[in-house]
Amino acid sequence: MSDYNFAYLDEQTKRMIRRAILKGLAIPGYQVPFASREMPMPYGWGTGGVQVSAAVLTPDDTFKVIDQGADDTTNAVSIRRFFQKTAGVAVTEATAEASVIQTRHRIPEQDLRADQILVYQVPIPEPLRFLEPSEVETRKMHALEEYGLMHVKLYEDISQHGDIATAYAYPVKVEGRYVMDPSPIPKFDNPKLEMAGIQLFGAGREQRIYAIPPYTQVVSLDFDDYPFQPTKADHACDLCGAEESYLDELIMDDAGGRMFMCSDTDYCATRRKQGHVGAQGVPYKEDAA
Amino acid sequence: MYVAVKGGERAIDNAHAWLAEERRGDLDVPELSVAQIREQMTLAVNRVMAEGSLYDPNLAALAIKQARGDLIEAIFLIRAYRTTLPRFGGSNPVETETMQCERRVSATFKDAPGGQVLGPTFDYTHRLLDFKLAADGDAADVAVSEPHRGATPHIMSFLDREDLIQTEPAGDDVPDDLTRTPLELPASRALRLQSLTRGDEGFILGMAYSTQRGYARNHAFVAELRIGSVAVEMDIPELGFAIEIGEITVTECETVNQFQGSKTQPPQFTRGYGLVFGMTERKAISMALVDRALRWKELGEDNLGAPAQDEEFVLYHSDNIQATGFLEHIKLPHYVDFQSELELIRKLRREAHDTISREAAE
Amino acid sequence: MQAQVLEGGFANLPVDTSYAFRAIMTAMARPGEIAQVRGATPPAPMSLAAGVVVLTLCDPETPVYLAASHDTQQVSDWITFHTGAPITQAQGAMFALGAWDDLPLADFPHGTAEYPDRSATVIVETQKLSNNGTVLCGPGIKDHTHLSLPETQAFQANATLFPLGLDFIFTCDDRLAALPRTTRVG
Repeated sequence: MSDYNFAYLDEQTKRMIRRAILKGLAIPGYQVPFASREMPMPYGWGTGGVQVSAAVLTPDDTFKVIDQGADDTTNAVSIRRFFQKTAGVAVTEATAEASVIQTRHRIPEQDLRADQILVYQVPIPEPLRFLEPSEVETRKMHALEEYGLMHVKLYEDISQHGDIATAYAYPVKVEGRYVMDPSPIPKFDNPKLEMAGIQLFGAGREQRIYAIPPYTQVVSLDFDDYPFQPTKADHACDLCGAEESYLDELIMDDAGGRMFMCSDTDYCATRRKQGHVGAQGVPYKEDAA
Repeated sequence: MYVAVKGGERAIDNAHAWLAEERRGDLDVPELSVAQIREQMTLAVNRVMAEGSLYDPNLAALAIKQARGDLIEAIFLIRAYRTTLPRFGGSNPVETETMQCERRVSATFKDAPGGQVLGPTFDYTHRLLDFKLAADGDAADVAVSEPHRGATPHIMSFLDREDLIQTEPAGDDVPDDLTRTPLELPASRALRLQSLTRGDEGFILGMAYSTQRGYARNHAFVAELRIGSVAVEMDIPELGFAIEIGEITVTECETVNQFQGSKTQPPQFTRGYGLVFGMTERKAISMALVDRALRWKELGEDNLGAPAQDEEFVLYHSDNIQATGFLEHIKLPHYVDFQSELELIRKLRREAHDTISREAAE
Repeated sequence: MQAQVLEGGFANLPVDTSYAFRAIMTAMARPGEIAQVRGATPPAPMSLAAGVVVLTLCDPETPVYLAASHDTQQVSDWITFHTGAPITQAQGAMFALGAWDDLPLADFPHGTAEYPDRSATVIVETQKLSNNGTVLCGPGIKDHTHLSLPETQAFQANATLFPLGLDFIFTCDDRLAALPRTTRVG
């Protein structure tokens, strides 16, 4: 791979992406069009996030990749290896040690610091897309700040189900202006979108980049009588006992027995190293997990 | 007691090893060479070059070998390689009038200067499996005649002279490059054509077919279909003139479509255009039909709501690399999202049960 | 072409630009925060930091406007040679460079309702850049911060155009800070 440029992309492509990132930061929540390049991994598998990471990484960075909160999921492994090879950056599974974190579907449990950058992989960046398939139309809606359609949808949910029936990719309004798709994170993660770190969102196939600067107001859409509620499984982690983390549900046997464990694998392992043990957990040992 | 599963890294390595073994197949069967694929699977090579947007038969053949014959996978390999290539500049437009035609047919005139040249076509083969090929694939000797030299005028130029066909504005403007600027709608015709020529053959074919069956029907005559080699030239600023940098085979299709007219303008035929790398005539004809259907606005026609008239629908869904990537990504884990839906549906069902039993009790 | 024009670019392009971009991005994400950059030696009167910004962000696709203070043959040759960026009128600028008093702000593209990103980024060369000065608040800023600004009114007016508007990068020697359209000034 040494025949390729640092972080794979050529300099002109990186410049184009970097300019889009700066405009994204200057207009929080607005989707900046960019000429996404074909990457050596499939569209829909993180090409947007990979291009943003490639444009942002320096040789001094320590890079972490998570998918579903886990460092060891196959696509996370694949992306981490890609940057090890093409950028020669240090990699880590520890959230606290990472300077750039690329993620799919989760925000780490541990609060990010001001010197950390979170890069999201985004499949469909347009929050209005499932209500209006035409890009020409949704672009107009954003221009006119015409978000009635979204409120109608949420309201219809309530009249049909008695609740807002959106559990992930829950739409937010950024700095009182743009309605934004936070990528398919569970709505449990929405409150963390107001953070100290820089958040960058890349959608490769859809050719959009957007951003949330630190300490930017991010409000999950709701109604006065149906306020937004972040939810998680009503359990503690069976491995580390955490009660405040987002949980995966595992089916354990043919009888349908269940257990719950932290989706954020580093968070869970860190707690176990600190001596926390859940209902079905074992005390932490190196190499065991 | 539960110990979390790990092993993503090892699983990937093993999968790659297994894939390599499957690619090779039975070791008692000789391995395919890239040259064999290039020379004997030429239409597959052509499709990979066309949809990969890179004219290089050797690389296309290598990609087909590496992809185990999965052409979309091969196109993907070529696209990913293409983006890493340095860009030296743009060529001048190719002059298809000077094409050395291997095939050239017109459905609109019985004969025309340059003649009808059937060329190496499947058209009149009876589609009977040729079991001789299973044993021995050597071609019989065929008579060779002197190739036609010099320019072959386009059939369209004869209609042009009589002003019977709508003229296209000439322009020296450099069109946007689909691979270097984000697609913005409405797209120029140049961008639409770029998108169609690299679009998935099956998708473009289906769209074209739909226009023939009545979804934005506009009957097309193939004024001319020509396949052959053209020179590619590039201006070299240091030299002050253009030099030939190579020769490529392309397929060009021009259709004549039913006319339009108005009070101020007498009726004229209109045209659809297809130009594709390699011998790819199914694709080129399909492209011309879809091009024509997408031109409804500039030609003052009604939007009939047909899929092939919907520029956004066609352009956003024609690319098979985008489509297959997104389609296949649903194989990736989504258990975090699914978990949030599980919780939500359990909660909604709990609330619904509560309401039902409360109402029953009342 | 003079030798000076050919010199002063980045020594190791992919690596130097990666550090430079991180500094610029952090500045844009954290308005008022001052970053130090290195690696460019542009001709006077361009500052080192302005040189770094131009080398990192400009190319043949980004027309650059030079204000009177910077509209010299040397500066324009240096930018063209190292980035390929065309020098343009104010109305067509994606980037503008110069001293505050020479920048025709109203003439630069401010973006459109559908594409607010199509607005100029203005590189303002200043004699002084410090965290003593006007109060800033808005996205990227925890509570509030201070930055020495050439004036306040122009930035207040710019912020009212949001989501349209200009974005500014202030450069002084080897330091830079940024002020996007979202920052509320004074």
